Amino acid sequence: MSQRVAMTGNEAAANALRQVNPDVAAVYPITPQTELMHNFSSFAADGKVKTEVVLVESEHSAMSATIGASASGARAITATAANGLALMWEVVYIAASMRLPIVMPVVNRALSGPINIHCDHSDTMGCRDSGWIQLYSENAQEAYDNTIQAFKIAEHPDVLLPAMATYDGFIISHTTETLDILEDEEVAKFVGEYKPEYSLLDPDHPITMGPLALPGFYYEQKRMQVEAMDNARKVIPQVAEEYRKLSGRGVAFLEEYLMDDAEVAILTLGSCAGTAKEAADEMRKQGVKAGLVKLRCFRPFPADEILEAINGVKVLGVMDRAISFGLDGGPVFNEVRSAAFGIRDLLLTGYIYGLGGRDVNVGDVREVFEDLVKAREAGEVKTVMNYVGLREEETYPEQELVCVPTE
Amino acid sequence: MSKKGKEGWRKIPRAATVMCPGNAEAVETGTWRTYRPVHYDDKCIQCLQCWIVCPDDAIVVENEKVVGVDLYHCKGCGICAVQCPAKPKAIEMKLESEFAEEDEE
Repeated sequence: MSQRVAMTGNEAAANALRQVNPDVAAVYPITPQTELMHNFSSFAADGKVKTEVVLVESEHSAMSATIGASASGARAITATAANGLALMWEVVYIAASMRLPIVMPVVNRALSGPINIHCDHSDTMGCRDSGWIQLYSENAQEAYDNTIQAFKIAEHPDVLLPAMATYDGFIISHTTETLDILEDEEVAKFVGEYKPEYSLLDPDHPITMGPLALPGFYYEQKRMQVEAMDNARKVIPQVAEEYRKLSGRGVAFLEEYLMDDAEVAILTLGSCAGTAKEAADEMRKQGVKAGLVKLRCFRPFPADEILEAINGVKVLGVMDRAISFGLDGGPVFNEVRSAAFGIRDLLLTGYIYGLGGRDVNVGDVREVFEDLVKAREAGEVKTVMNYVGLREEETYPEQELVCVPTE
Repeated sequence: MSKKGKEGWRKIPRAATVMCPGNAEAVETGTWRTYRPVHYDDKCIQCLQCWIVCPDDAIVVENEKVVGVDLYHCKGCGICAVQCPAKPKAIEMKLESEFAEEDEE
């Protein structure tokens, strides 16, 4: 039995964490995540969870405390955004290489500078090689669903990798939406009790975790992390299917929207997918066979599933909310192009959008679709670095910025 | 392209976790050595100073007498040879390459 509620994305994620009822949470505020752990701390203070909430002095400490808790056998969480994620960088990698199934909601926000508190994906895209599983959300409902599923994926004995459940700052985190939440008991039963194979707090079986591994052993550990990600590819659909049976919702790696006969399509992730669905509907009304592939899972990267989804598409535009400076095309674009290497008759191009919280509305995405239609007619793409909603000198009213020195 | 040798990646404990405590003794640090200490019993005055200063506990002592060096653990730091007060010294550091043929046999 689910219950329909009105919540912000942060409240939705906080309630997911409440229902999972982890053992330890290390909390440190950063906009736009603050409200999430603020809510969760209230649950702890009110006795609604048994979680030990640890107030730390930085994000580096937050991840370190989470790692310590997880290594001691606890189900441990933290949450962050943007510069907070950047500050914990070193320890983010350590969590993955220590194979600790930590779950961390990340509220996507632009990395400084210039300092900016609004949404883009530069934070989580930057740590795509850290060895964490990454699930992206379209709305508050998915922020809730992904947070719960992240535990079950991360803690699977064949996986044992940390997982980020991400959702867009402010657009999702601070917007009240209606969503369905499961009963507390249903979530508790779904994630089950966390039973680590071994832990540091077992005096009968003393072990050392996180030791030095020099050239003789480090390489093999990395190969094992590759294997764990490959295993996650098998586990993610199983968990998604089990969750769908419980909730009636969800996809494994990606959602296909109007893709059955689509000829021009957009691939994106995060909240923009909702906007793109609306734009695809409008294009369909104009007779354009438009479709959308919404990526839910970015790590592990579902190359085969993407190829299957775009089968028959003539022009694909990948929309990125992050830039890799000095590389043509954003991070998602480049991975999709890699996956599609060797496929004939597919024109592929990329669009940068929404950096630092720049609004992207239905009209903007419609323009992307129209651009794709033009590319199809021309039979070529001129560049893979297209900028949605960027002010170009030609189109913006001339302004003089005058700096008047004071006497 | 792949290498054969000790444990393959599938057999190594996850995250390099050390499952058996106090296993440092099993780690072969002898392969790090560039110089090998050679102990001369006839010159040794049995002061045991080498045994005291060895950071790897690699001086083998039996019945309160130095009888040799544990080459499985000795890293070849040479502190024993420097410390040796005997004249002439009872421990001499020799390049590992000098033992290459001997070791093959």
